[in-house]
Amino acid sequence: MRKTEVIKVALVGNPNTGKSSLFNQLTGLNQKVSNYPGITVEKKSGTAKLNDEVTATISDLPGTYSINPSSLDENIVLEAFINESNDYPDVVVVVADIENLKRNLFLFSQIKDLEIPAILVVNMMDQMKKKGISLDIAKLKEELKSEVLLISARKKLGIEELKTAILNYKKVQTTTIANIANRVDADFFKKVKSSFEDISLYKAWLLITQQHNFPNLNQTLKNRVDKFRGDTDKLKRMQNKETILRYQYINDILKKTYSFDAEKATGLRSKLDKILTHKIFGYIIFASILLLIFQSIFDWTQLPMDLIDTAFAQLSDFAKNQMPPGLFTSLIAEGIIPGIGGIAIFIPQIAILFLLISILEETGYMSRVVFLMDKIMRRFGMSGKSVIPLISGTACAIPAIMAARNISGWKERLVTILVTPFTTCSARLPVYAIIIALIIPNHRILGIFSLQGFTLMALYLLGFTAAMASGFLLNKTLKVRDKSFFVIEMPNYKLPSLKNVLYTVLEKTKAFVFGEGKIILAMSIILWVLASNGPETFKNAEETIKSENSELTEKQIDQKIASYKLEHSYIGIAGKSIEPVIKPLGYDWKIGIALISSFAAREVFVSTLATIYSVEDDTNAATIKERMAREINIDTGEKRFNFPVGMSLLVFYAFAMQCMSTLAIVKRETNSWKWPILQLFGMTALAYLASLITFTVLN
Amino acid sequence: MNTTTIANLSVGEKGIIRDIPFDSVPLKLLEMGCLPGKEVELLQVAPLKDPLYIRVNGSHLAIRRDMASLIIITKSESLCEKLKL
Repeated sequence: MRKTEVIKVALVGNPNTGKSSLFNQLTGLNQKVSNYPGITVEKKSGTAKLNDEVTATISDLPGTYSINPSSLDENIVLEAFINESNDYPDVVVVVADIENLKRNLFLFSQIKDLEIPAILVVNMMDQMKKKGISLDIAKLKEELKSEVLLISARKKLGIEELKTAILNYKKVQTTTIANIANRVDADFFKKVKSSFEDISLYKAWLLITQQHNFPNLNQTLKNRVDKFRGDTDKLKRMQNKETILRYQYINDILKKTYSFDAEKATGLRSKLDKILTHKIFGYIIFASILLLIFQSIFDWTQLPMDLIDTAFAQLSDFAKNQMPPGLFTSLIAEGIIPGIGGIAIFIPQIAILFLLISILEETGYMSRVVFLMDKIMRRFGMSGKSVIPLISGTACAIPAIMAARNISGWKERLVTILVTPFTTCSARLPVYAIIIALIIPNHRILGIFSLQGFTLMALYLLGFTAAMASGFLLNKTLKVRDKSFFVIEMPNYKLPSLKNVLYTVLEKTKAFVFGEGKIILAMSIILWVLASNGPETFKNAEETIKSENSELTEKQIDQKIASYKLEHSYIGIAGKSIEPVIKPLGYDWKIGIALISSFAAREVFVSTLATIYSVEDDTNAATIKERMAREINIDTGEKRFNFPVGMSLLVFYAFAMQCMSTLAIVKRETNSWKWPILQLFGMTALAYLASLITFTVLN
Repeated sequence: MNTTTIANLSVGEKGIIRDIPFDSVPLKLLEMGCLPGKEVELLQVAPLKDPLYIRVNGSHLAIRRDMASLIIITKSESLCEKLKL
């Protein structure tokens, strides 16, 4: 058999052009998401079979309006065309949307000037008739000296033709089109050309004009670039001139090839805009959508979450009963199974949240929210774009902090990153849920509002208030040099594509399970090891207890041994050693253990207590909640989880920075230890103080 | 001729962009199609008077008031004004 040939394809295009739809159509489920080395930007790639011998690896680059980046995501696009590494594409497919062809051709003309084979794909051909648009493809091909195709990614039209075009990429001309150099500054470009004979002129120009340095560039090239960099004002003026000339060039081409009937342009956009950004209805609609999101996260996920919880509890029991007793069984039943369960239980919430968010983004509504909220958010040091991270933060702070990337102002982005962990992420939910169930009676007020649900909502508001208040403070105190600017596209409304939405949900959920999951699982195993091992006193537990309590029954002695063992295990010692610090908050050393271990991830609090009480108490039937309810405070003889302690714990978890992965992401995103350390100490100090006050007042 | 800035348009009014202070606006604004000589229309203003939602050169953009107030335009005469002539 012959070895199959592989063509490397880069997919670029403006946001909202249907680029993801096309990517999904070409690759189906043959996609993978990996990280670019060193940075956390997601790299999406997939494979498509072109014919029996040839496949294409397609990398879906982040959406951008220009090859000159104005955010971290857009940097990726530039980098992809700068470094002629192994990943350098053989052919570029530029996706354009028929309605915004002019702006899309701007990006295409830049790519084309890199002297790389480029195929222009004009998407949404099915909309042409409705919008009264006509386009002379043959003429456009001739003018652009490139392959041009009409497709509809949604309706799967033109996909096969595109595959054929990719197969024949070697036939695509690689000449430049806009002839920018001579018209911007002929003398300057002559000098550049003589200095950079080895690379294309436009690439040299891009290297010279960028603010940031290219890490992978070789030193001799760097030195040559630096020679031209001196006068930044002059370079910026030249870039402006380039932009104006490019648009002139595009206008000339479109005059010959594109026409549209203004009367057919639908008024749907302006009608919807009038309602969705209305000064009263706009906010009411946004508030209702938020309510729907929260309602679905709390309510619709209850059943699947309960099922997952029960299933893993039963699995754990099953393993314990079926396998021969011993260290290995204990590791499986008390370490690994509860650990995996602790991850699986979040899947329903994460999936539903991303489902709703991706629908909002697909329809174009999210841009209206940004428009609506910008002025308000600015008072708190953020931008309208911060709304998306803050909403995503209710699922998990990690994707939320990464979503802050397309905020272009550094200060607004930094404030967003710093305050996002205050929003109530789904990892806090199990902690809240179990403690609320223990301390708040299951009453209804006026027969409708559940008191427990009300408490949960209050905790969400508390987290949100903390985020906004700290944003306000940071805005006043942070001295950061900033060139904030705000230019966003307001895309046309469209119906969300089911396929795109489902793929996004699948991708995000997978990323959570395999990324976060590893940490949670590792923590569960480490905990189990620390709880089932200890120094001398731990090993001598049996003898000590038996000699001291000879009058008890065998079962009572076994329980005493288990509890003595836990107290003298490594984790017990750690819990005991922080007991003096947390006693004023109403906690004992067992809660201390849970606090320490939940530093890895908050939800570990529940599984830790579950592990602790199940190591201690071998009655099979009891769920975690029952075990916690039974726990007695030895000093007072009352229940351990009484109202003041419960409230103190709730407040602690609302504020504390209990998540290692978030700190790691903040370090990577801000490129400094300063900010995660500020978060860690600031949030923990706030949590401690607030819990101290809560407990003291209530007690 | 009625010279003003985008920030001073009322909703529904149009103008032609005359001058953009290239040193104070980001390249991205130009790259999105906001260029001298192009017609601009103010489509909507956010409830708290900021940002502004404009249509320029075929693009629908939202920009903040401070940036809009830098872009010099000549206001196109409204239909009423034309009729009075």
